[in-house]
Amino acid sequence: MSDVYLNEKFIGNVENHQDFLDKIVNARRENIMPKATNVFYNDDLDEVHIDISKGRVRRPLIVVKDGKSLLTKEHVDKLTKNETSWDELVKDSIIEYLDTNEEEMSLIAINEEDLTEDHTHLEISPITYLGLTTTLIPFSNYGSSSRLIRGSKIQKQALGLYASNFLSRVDTDVSVLNYPQKPLVKSFMHDVVNYNKHPSGQNITIALMSYEGYNMSDAIIINNGSILRGFGRSTYFRPYESEELRYSGGLIDEIGTPDKEVKGYRSEDDYKLLEKDGVVYTGASVKEDDVLIGKTSPPRFLGEVEDFSIAASTRRESSTVVRHGENGVVDMVLMTENEEGNKLVQLRLRNSRIPEVGDKFASRHGQKGVIGMVVKEEDMPFTANGITPDLIFSPHGIPGRMTISHLLEAISGKVGALSGREIDATSFDAEPEEKIRNELQELGFREDGTEVMYNGITGEQFKVRIFVGNMYYLKLKHMVANKIHVRAFGRIQLLTRQPIEGRAKGGGLRVGEMEKDCFVAHGASLLLKERFDSDKVTVHVCEACGMLAINDTTRDNKFCQKCGGNTEITAVEMSYAFKLLLDELKSLMVYPKLSLKSKY
Amino acid sequence: MVNIFDSYNGLLPDNLIEESRELCKSNRLNPKDTRKVLKKVKEEYDRSLIDPGESIGIITAESIGEPGTQMVLRTFHFAGVAEVSVTLGLPRLIELFDARKTPSTPVLDVYLKKEYSKDERKVREVAASIKGTKLSEVTEEFIVNLNKLRVEAILDQKKMKDFKVISSNLLKAFEKGLKGAEVKLSKNKKFLIIKSSKKEFEMKDFFQIKEKAKDVIVKGIKGVDQVLPVKRDNEYVIMCSGSNLKEVLNVKGVDVTRSKTNDIFVIADVLGIEAARNVIINEATDIIKEQGLDIDKRHIMFLADVMTNSGEIKGITRGGITGQKESVLARASFETPIVHIVNASLIGEEDKLNSVVENVMVNQAVPIGTGLPGLTVKIDEKKEIKKK
Repeated sequence: MSDVYLNEKFIGNVENHQDFLDKIVNARRENIMPKATNVFYNDDLDEVHIDISKGRVRRPLIVVKDGKSLLTKEHVDKLTKNETSWDELVKDSIIEYLDTNEEEMSLIAINEEDLTEDHTHLEISPITYLGLTTTLIPFSNYGSSSRLIRGSKIQKQALGLYASNFLSRVDTDVSVLNYPQKPLVKSFMHDVVNYNKHPSGQNITIALMSYEGYNMSDAIIINNGSILRGFGRSTYFRPYESEELRYSGGLIDEIGTPDKEVKGYRSEDDYKLLEKDGVVYTGASVKEDDVLIGKTSPPRFLGEVEDFSIAASTRRESSTVVRHGENGVVDMVLMTENEEGNKLVQLRLRNSRIPEVGDKFASRHGQKGVIGMVVKEEDMPFTANGITPDLIFSPHGIPGRMTISHLLEAISGKVGALSGREIDATSFDAEPEEKIRNELQELGFREDGTEVMYNGITGEQFKVRIFVGNMYYLKLKHMVANKIHVRAFGRIQLLTRQPIEGRAKGGGLRVGEMEKDCFVAHGASLLLKERFDSDKVTVHVCEACGMLAINDTTRDNKFCQKCGGNTEITAVEMSYAFKLLLDELKSLMVYPKLSLKSKY
Repeated sequence: MVNIFDSYNGLLPDNLIEESRELCKSNRLNPKDTRKVLKKVKEEYDRSLIDPGESIGIITAESIGEPGTQMVLRTFHFAGVAEVSVTLGLPRLIELFDARKTPSTPVLDVYLKKEYSKDERKVREVAASIKGTKLSEVTEEFIVNLNKLRVEAILDQKKMKDFKVISSNLLKAFEKGLKGAEVKLSKNKKFLIIKSSKKEFEMKDFFQIKEKAKDVIVKGIKGVDQVLPVKRDNEYVIMCSGSNLKEVLNVKGVDVTRSKTNDIFVIADVLGIEAARNVIINEATDIIKEQGLDIDKRHIMFLADVMTNSGEIKGITRGGITGQKESVLARASFETPIVHIVNASLIGEEDKLNSVVENVMVNQAVPIGTGLPGLTVKIDEKKEIKKK
């Protein structure tokens, strides 16, 4: 006696659950019940679940009867001749969709050869159990699974043509690859998803070798000649916007070049790029802190006391400026109204990004790395044919990660480039390695892909042959230009007088607790003190009461408020944070008395 | 010859002198060469000493802390034949260095004297006498008899035989184990009669007595729930759960010199603080080795020294060593600052700024390494910076 649930609602009991299940499945196959019906028997709870609800994930499988696939050669032939369709096959119950629960009950064979009497279904193709991005990895059945996962993730970060209407869009933080190419080594999925219409990488020549140690630890060497020929060039877009906000009392922001009387007025020079409407012109080349959209806002508080200003205007400057550390060309200016009817100005900055040391590149096999050095073309190693690789990849990245697919792509790419055809590298169904190798040999190269190479600097022949091939490389969205950060001095926090935090604000890089421990462990006591001098202050301390005294610099008079003028007052160096701590202790009614003595 | 070695007394550690003495003897060195050897030994020894001003505290902390980040958080490890599970890895290391009062899995390793340890039958006998058997393990049923105002525990004769519990022993056990109750054996010796010694009592008292009676140890040692004889290097060792080392050592046949527990407080109590120090070192080393990590033994020894040098075990916690730092500022910088500052202000505590954290806070040179010029340079006190 099993309970039966329809869409997770109890509807009754059945005596023999197996009979019942078979009946429903047969009814579905004979089109008596909807095709969306799925059943599932829960062994532990002795419950039958029938589900025809929305929102379940289902996938198609070939139905197997008595150990034989229902999809015959005839069907395939008909399909290729366009005489039948997918929908027909589904209707005839040759292919059916299972949800996750019913899949649990079924025995699914991956290959037709594996079929036994017990099997209920057959995969249409082995790649159907891989995801979309994973099927885009060539020869993925030759790689380790962890690398496939990484490879799929990396492909999503690759620059390409992210949307065909990108020129009329204002997206935050996007890039477009300038010269994308369709991959030479591709899988079946590339055709299905029209990958060639929106590719996101470039076919380049790689060599597997070390170069002066600059490609250690996953770094890569890039040929400057390739960069000049357009490899890895991309365009970076950043939008800016400004809105005429309305405030209570009928006050409103005003977009336009601010008057000189406005509070917080920048220099005249800063507004020189603005046109009459207060917005920069398209094509203007701008750098950090340049005004893009001039705007003034009404005073924060009505009746705000103006300090020594005769002019009537008490408006504030509130222009939009180029972000810290960025520059570019104004690509597009857009003037419109938003939902609330406020005037809205949006503009887009364009910035050309040429590959530089620190930019991130990756192949499709989870093999990512940053540029360690850009080498002049004449210094790159060259083959007997005079070919210089576009990129040098370290061989140490291969054995530990076991990305055989990476090497296979290189060889296949080489064949593809030489023979001028696309290589099919669909997982489980790729062109055989043997065939590719033989073809490479016929094309006049060694079948293992290695070539004799010469040192580009000395001209000497390398003692070993170098593995050279062609691969589809992706430029990833992580570029140094967006991440580089240095500071010598700059803004400090009001409260603690320590440097502020964050790249966008030009903050400092913190020497934290663990970094401090390193200095201490090395015994570098004085260096540590210097590092922490960022909030150094000299305070005067009354030796009688041990509290801070007052140093009146204008009258050159030092005195203690508590003890009067006749006490010893000494200048002491300390961190402002500690002075703050003393003040806070005093506010807690704790008396922190300093007793001074010479340290050494 | 003897004089040469004796002259190094106090200059070199005893075991080093002893070792050189033996080596010199076995190699038949003449006094001249012996002198040379000892000179060299002294040189090497001095070189391996830690320099004054070296920050061993932080180096120890980093040396243990960094490999600690790589430790697997796998909590349980089944040692040998399933049954005894022992906490290992990072949780155990934290427990050890925090000096928790009881380890989450207390374990006893009972070694036996030679005449016992090889004979499996004798080993089983000792094991059976160690295992703490509860009354509930040898009874069929507990009955609350309201008619006669008593609790009856019906004894399982077969189990009594298995556990070798004699009914006369039962009464003895109850004298110690259960207070506030009178226990008698029934005439047919088939059940125990437990009566409350209170004159007035309520219903719930019966049930309380019943529950208490269940846990009375009728045989063996309290706290030792499991025993497992294991063969280790040609002899049998009894692995037990629990940490009642004091009573285990009284059992006949137990090797007092080798039996141990992983409960450092019990060790400190029974065998003394030096033994506890050794247990800390051994436990920590074992955990680290088990994880496939390598930490220099001296770091762990230093840590164990710090934990035990006051004569009692103190953990690296707020309530332990860290809370007993001399400096107010240092204490305040580590957990509950307000408490430390308020207490310091009440008794007018003084901070001499003698250590690292305080000096970092006031931005002064830390008295370590280059912050200790007085170690190599004589500072003329007369030339002290004149106060303005």
